[in-house]
Amino acid sequence: MNPGRWVVRAVPWVWLLLFFLIPFVIVLKISFAETALTQPPYTPLLEWGQSVYPTIKLHTANYLRLAGDSLYLDAFLNSLKVAAVSTLLCLLVAYPMAYGIARAERSWRNVLLLLVMLPFWTSFLLRVYAWIGLLRNNGLINNTLLALGIIREPIVMMQTDFAMYVGIVYSYLPFMILPLYANLEKHDVSLLEAAADLGCRPLRAFLQVTLPLSVPGIIAGSMLVFIPAVGEFVIPRLLGGVDSLMIGRVLWDEYFLNRDWPVASAVAISLLIFLVVPIMVFEHFQARARAAEAQ
Amino acid sequence: MSAAGEQRQPYIRIDKVTKKFGEFVAVNEVSLDIQRGEIFCLLGGSGCGKTTLLRMLAGFTEPSAGRIYIDGVDMAGVPPYERPVNMMFQSYALFPHMTVEQNVAFGLKQEGRPAAEIRQRVADMLGIVRLTEFARRKPHQLSGGQRQRVALARSLVKKPKLLLLDEPLGALDRKLREHTQFELVNIQEQLGVTFVVVTHDQEEAMTLATRIGVMNQGRIVQVGTPHEIYEFPQSRFVADFIGNVNLFGGRLIEDEPDHVLIDSPELGGQIYVGHGISAAPHAEVWVAVRPEKIQLSRARPPAPHNCVAGTVKEIAYMGDMSVLLLRLDNGRTVRVTQPNTWRHADDQLTWDERVWLSWHESSGVVVTQ
Repeated sequence: MNPGRWVVRAVPWVWLLLFFLIPFVIVLKISFAETALTQPPYTPLLEWGQSVYPTIKLHTANYLRLAGDSLYLDAFLNSLKVAAVSTLLCLLVAYPMAYGIARAERSWRNVLLLLVMLPFWTSFLLRVYAWIGLLRNNGLINNTLLALGIIREPIVMMQTDFAMYVGIVYSYLPFMILPLYANLEKHDVSLLEAAADLGCRPLRAFLQVTLPLSVPGIIAGSMLVFIPAVGEFVIPRLLGGVDSLMIGRVLWDEYFLNRDWPVASAVAISLLIFLVVPIMVFEHFQARARAAEAQ
Repeated sequence: MSAAGEQRQPYIRIDKVTKKFGEFVAVNEVSLDIQRGEIFCLLGGSGCGKTTLLRMLAGFTEPSAGRIYIDGVDMAGVPPYERPVNMMFQSYALFPHMTVEQNVAFGLKQEGRPAAEIRQRVADMLGIVRLTEFARRKPHQLSGGQRQRVALARSLVKKPKLLLLDEPLGALDRKLREHTQFELVNIQEQLGVTFVVVTHDQEEAMTLATRIGVMNQGRIVQVGTPHEIYEFPQSRFVADFIGNVNLFGGRLIEDEPDHVLIDSPELGGQIYVGHGISAAPHAEVWVAVRPEKIQLSRARPPAPHNCVAGTVKEIAYMGDMSVLLLRLDNGRTVRVTQPNTWRHADDQLTWDERVWLSWHESSGVVVTQ
């Protein structure tokens, strides 16, 4: 094979090796160390004593601590719950939008997609802070409602789950809309005509034809929202209540407040395993279903 | 089935239907009656409005003006899912996530039929289109011909009174087409359904149809049986669109009730046609002569008219027949087909030979537009 091809093939592998696999191995290594008042703040994995061979010092204490202390499990489960609810809310908001864009006139579609992505051109933090301006007690929403005489007391929205979900759904919405749009846009309109022709009312046609055919888009969008939402740290911290215990926040606290890198690494590794393993299992079954279908 | 005893009201009445898309007039004041049990073909080139007309029958688009009646009921505002009509789509539009069985059962499930009845009717229908052993497959695991039969089964299983078919044989290869054409006619006779078929393929229209409506630029230009359309075209467009034809322009010089005489500089002689026409004296007319109706001979035939000399320029051997292109002395090319009746012929015409072309007085048709 000519060398040019090897270079092209090697680029993604080198990229993954440098920026994914090596950092992963480092974090994995730290997760098996113990905290120490050194620089860096953990014990080395390998120790050279008198012998020629180094002794490996694996400390599983960090993982045992994760299993033993209910704080970590609670934070993890709460993160899963928040991510799942956010994903569902995103789906409910994004589906009609993606459908609308996909069914809009061709000349309008790109404009509408651009509008979906436009907020990304400003800083993420700025947009979250903007929500604080809207939601706080003397914010735009409360002031408007007060001025209109609809409410007498400001509604407390900041530091609640409501504000946190608003922030997460708002921030991750485009990640749900884009894969859904990519899927829905490819749908053959004549399938819906065929359904109508066979006596199917529009709502049933949607449920029996459009929805099942858009499942790949729903899965792709849900993955893109769910996975980062589990580890989300900034939005719960800025908009959510103090009691919203999330794994991202635990991770932050372990690293920066406790300076306990090994435990933080163990949290990160467990999170990865809990997220990646189900996805790989799911992918495995998907691939098998596809293979069975292709027969 | 005979409709003689029933009311003579047409099954489908299309009454001055017009459809505009913006400024573009897709269908222009079309009026048409279709009888129960007919196989009616809408024939025309792409963009002639035939598919738009079919989609208005199905209810996917509403006419801009005019009315459509099916079985006496005005279809204005009736959505597709409430019309007694099923359609077989050109793309087949099979549901890719459902098996063959589920595709066929789809329409019956919408009616809320009992499961046992659905199973039975689907099985019967798959038997008719000979797909029983493919019931569990998905559409992408089928060949083009099999998909076409699934589409047919799905549109027939609800026993519609009217089946609309959009280029039903378009995607099939030649052998399969021929086979399916006869199969369609069989099924139609078996189930007594009225068919409206849209096609751009005149051969398809000729073999399937009881009647053909030829469309051009949004209008129906002629309606008739395949025989009428082929042998008695009413315009140059129809004569030219169906089959091959030689058209000779000329002027009317003798107009009697039983014959007309036309002076045709294009032919380089006079044409005698054995039927009267209604046209002004000296009007500009055209005579259409089909290639298979022209005889070739080396000696001049005794007839005084419809006779001209030419030179053989091209011979295309097609197996069952040969197509000859002859150049007349005035430079005009004429197409003639001759059946290859004998396997060995010693005396074949050959390139650059001088021959006489002639045809019977009843073979030419005069068209005035």
